[in-house]
Amino acid sequence: MANKKWPENWQDVTPGCIVSEPGSASQYHTGDWRAQKPIWDNTKCIKCGVCYIFCPEGCIIEKEDGFFEADLDYCKGCGICAHECWPLAIKMVEEG
Amino acid sequence: MGKRKGMEIALAAAEAAALCRPDVIAAYPITPNTHIPEHLSDIVAEGRLDAEFICVESEHSALSACMGASGAGARVFTATSSQGLLYMAEIMAIASSMRLPVVMALGNRALSGPLNIWNDHSDIMSQRDTGWISLFASHGQEVIDMMIQAFRIAEDRDVMLPVNVNLDGFQLTHVVEVMNFPLQEEVDAFLPVYKPYASLHPDHPCSMGTLGLPEIFSEATRAREAAIVNSRKTILKVWDEWEKRFGRRYEPIESYKMEGAEFAVLTMGSMGETAEVAIDALREKGVPVGLLKLKLWRPFPYEDLKKAVKGVKSLIVMDRAVSFGGPGGPVASEIRSALYDEPSRPDLTNYIFGLGGRDVTVEDFIAMIDKVRLADKKRPKEHYEFYGVRGE
Amino acid sequence: MNTLKGYPVGLIENFDLYAPKLVDREEYFSPGHRACQGCGEALAIRLMCKALGKDTVIVNATGCMEVISSMYPTTAWKLPWIHVAFPNAAAVASGVDAALKALHRKGRIPDRYVKTVAIGGDGGTVDIGLQALSGAMERGHDMLYVCFDNEAYMNTGIQRSSATPFGASTTTAPAGVASMGNKTWKKNVPEIMVAHNIPYVATACQSYPLDFMNKVQKARAIKGPSYIHCLSVCPTGWRCPSEACIKMGRLAVETGVFPLYEVENGKYRMTVSMPEKLRPIQDYMKHQGRFRHLTPDQIKIFQERTNLEYKKLLNKIEHSKSWAEMSAE
Repeated sequence: MANKKWPENWQDVTPGCIVSEPGSASQYHTGDWRAQKPIWDNTKCIKCGVCYIFCPEGCIIEKEDGFFEADLDYCKGCGICAHECWPLAIKMVEEG
Repeated sequence: MGKRKGMEIALAAAEAAALCRPDVIAAYPITPNTHIPEHLSDIVAEGRLDAEFICVESEHSALSACMGASGAGARVFTATSSQGLLYMAEIMAIASSMRLPVVMALGNRALSGPLNIWNDHSDIMSQRDTGWISLFASHGQEVIDMMIQAFRIAEDRDVMLPVNVNLDGFQLTHVVEVMNFPLQEEVDAFLPVYKPYASLHPDHPCSMGTLGLPEIFSEATRAREAAIVNSRKTILKVWDEWEKRFGRRYEPIESYKMEGAEFAVLTMGSMGETAEVAIDALREKGVPVGLLKLKLWRPFPYEDLKKAVKGVKSLIVMDRAVSFGGPGGPVASEIRSALYDEPSRPDLTNYIFGLGGRDVTVEDFIAMIDKVRLADKKRPKEHYEFYGVRGE
Repeated sequence: MNTLKGYPVGLIENFDLYAPKLVDREEYFSPGHRACQGCGEALAIRLMCKALGKDTVIVNATGCMEVISSMYPTTAWKLPWIHVAFPNAAAVASGVDAALKALHRKGRIPDRYVKTVAIGGDGGTVDIGLQALSGAMERGHDMLYVCFDNEAYMNTGIQRSSATPFGASTTTAPAGVASMGNKTWKKNVPEIMVAHNIPYVATACQSYPLDFMNKVQKARAIKGPSYIHCLSVCPTGWRCPSEACIKMGRLAVETGVFPLYEVENGKYRMTVSMPEKLRPIQDYMKHQGRFRHLTPDQIKIFQERTNLEYKKLLNKIEHSKSWAEMSAE
């Protein structure tokens, strides 16, 4: 939880612990969790978008050229994208 | 100014709530409080109030629906008693922690068991730590006034806390009185349209009711405590404004015939009216006794209490509830604790009486006061004593 | 590794390969949430939000999704969101719906349709939340309720719920020498919802994303109550590898354990076509540690009951008529 910023004092806690910054969870980089990461082989990729749609994190981005990659700040290395890829264009590779 | 009408106080409570133009009412019937939601549904059905009346399937859902509606930015109202209050107990603390201005009319009724539908204060006393502002009405006019004040206090940006208005079940809810009802224009001038601090709408998305880890819970709780303690300022301001607009004065503790009083009786709720008659009778006989009627229960009125009991030698605190195995009735144990550090404080006697609708008469009050007044000073003092219990 | 291998039924008829490219790219559920790797429920939430769009208010019961997404002072939600307690998502949503109605009528909020959506896990829906759900559906509030069913009280540590399948091992109905795990059949909450006579009830699964999103959009358009029961694979609780999440959902459908259908004004319809012959349930169970202890006899009971329930559903699909049709007769 190194990225978390706790309010300094009780006076800084918002009323009712409301969070008014939508999507602020993205301050926390879940990418630190993973043991393996997905690597795309764009020679095999057919740009179908199945990996994009099945990512529970929503961290697979379509690049300008139409190919896909995972945002490694958030990818937890679950392996769903590699498992679901039709032409087997994604491989899970050990981290580190 | 206002309209004088005689009606059952529960119906008056509903009329007062309706004057405040709530947007959503979600309530479940429970004796003795049922006439409040019933009458409100009548008012809505007659077209006199533009509101959504949700016939929820339980009290837990009643307060939950109120919270959802309040979160969406609506003015909300609910009402319940006793077992219903306990069923929504889980949500009571959440409502105050989420700083949503729900207003609730509580027809005080004994907690089971045995099952009992009549009046005592055990229901609200079981919820005193949930962080709601609590007002106690002792007669019909106070019910109307406090109901309207409650919305104003709850929605104030410096407060943003839920408020419950306590009225004794049957002793007040089912009693007919002549009362002065403020006019709709007067209430509209006193109570503006609700502008929430934050609300659930896609134009300004926010997340309400988030998860608080140990790293933040203490700070969040401290902030909540500060909110209810500071609400006192707003409550006094609202009461000042009420006096200016409607000519009726409210104080956290109202003193009655306290000039030169050596003995003082402290009551909450409708028993105060009966006590007044007893005090009058004793004062006739020259007994230096006075009455303190506590109207603001939460936040606890420390300053007003200390001021009120200055010079009093013996304070008699009436409790209409038991704290089983505890150090006295709920009210007395809090009063005792509030006065503990004072360099000079009165002797304290705690009577627990009037449970489950047991009637308390003028004679009872006189007897209780005399027992203290004429007691042998060397008599060992109990922390509390039950009054009017056969075999005691 | 690829699920296409060894499948008797091709995926193409149920899944237009390039359809994901047509899906709205807006993300309303941001990454950075604390769900487990491979969480089917988080995926389902992400898909649901895409289908709902931004004019939505989410009411969330206590559970996995609420806890992983709303750790103060951050939130993964880009939609307005409220959480109150465990059993009352439907009740809170009733209040939100009533408030939006009243405020709209009184001109205090912009003149635009905003949908109220209540979500909860199987815990907060089929057990502790059933009363509030029944009340809200009966009163006919304009709200969609989506139950994300991962078949146990996952957030508190995989305890048994009434949505836990027969024979599954959970931490409060564990498998052991003296017990086979969960002894009861899964409570059929979609049927309970149909009995409330609401206009739209559907089952869905995150492994069939377009089917799920279409159902969400259909429900969103209804000005009244609707209910979607979404099977959400939990690799942690079901004890299967995280990458098998989508595969488990498909197997649940293809073995007939969780067929995907919808009931629109009383008319039943299968929305994802099923194989001619259902796959044997061993295909589904063998990948999941929660079923590992079952004996052939117990699996046989499960298989027979699955076949029966499937037959019941097919019967309804064949014979049910919409209310409009029946009134006109």
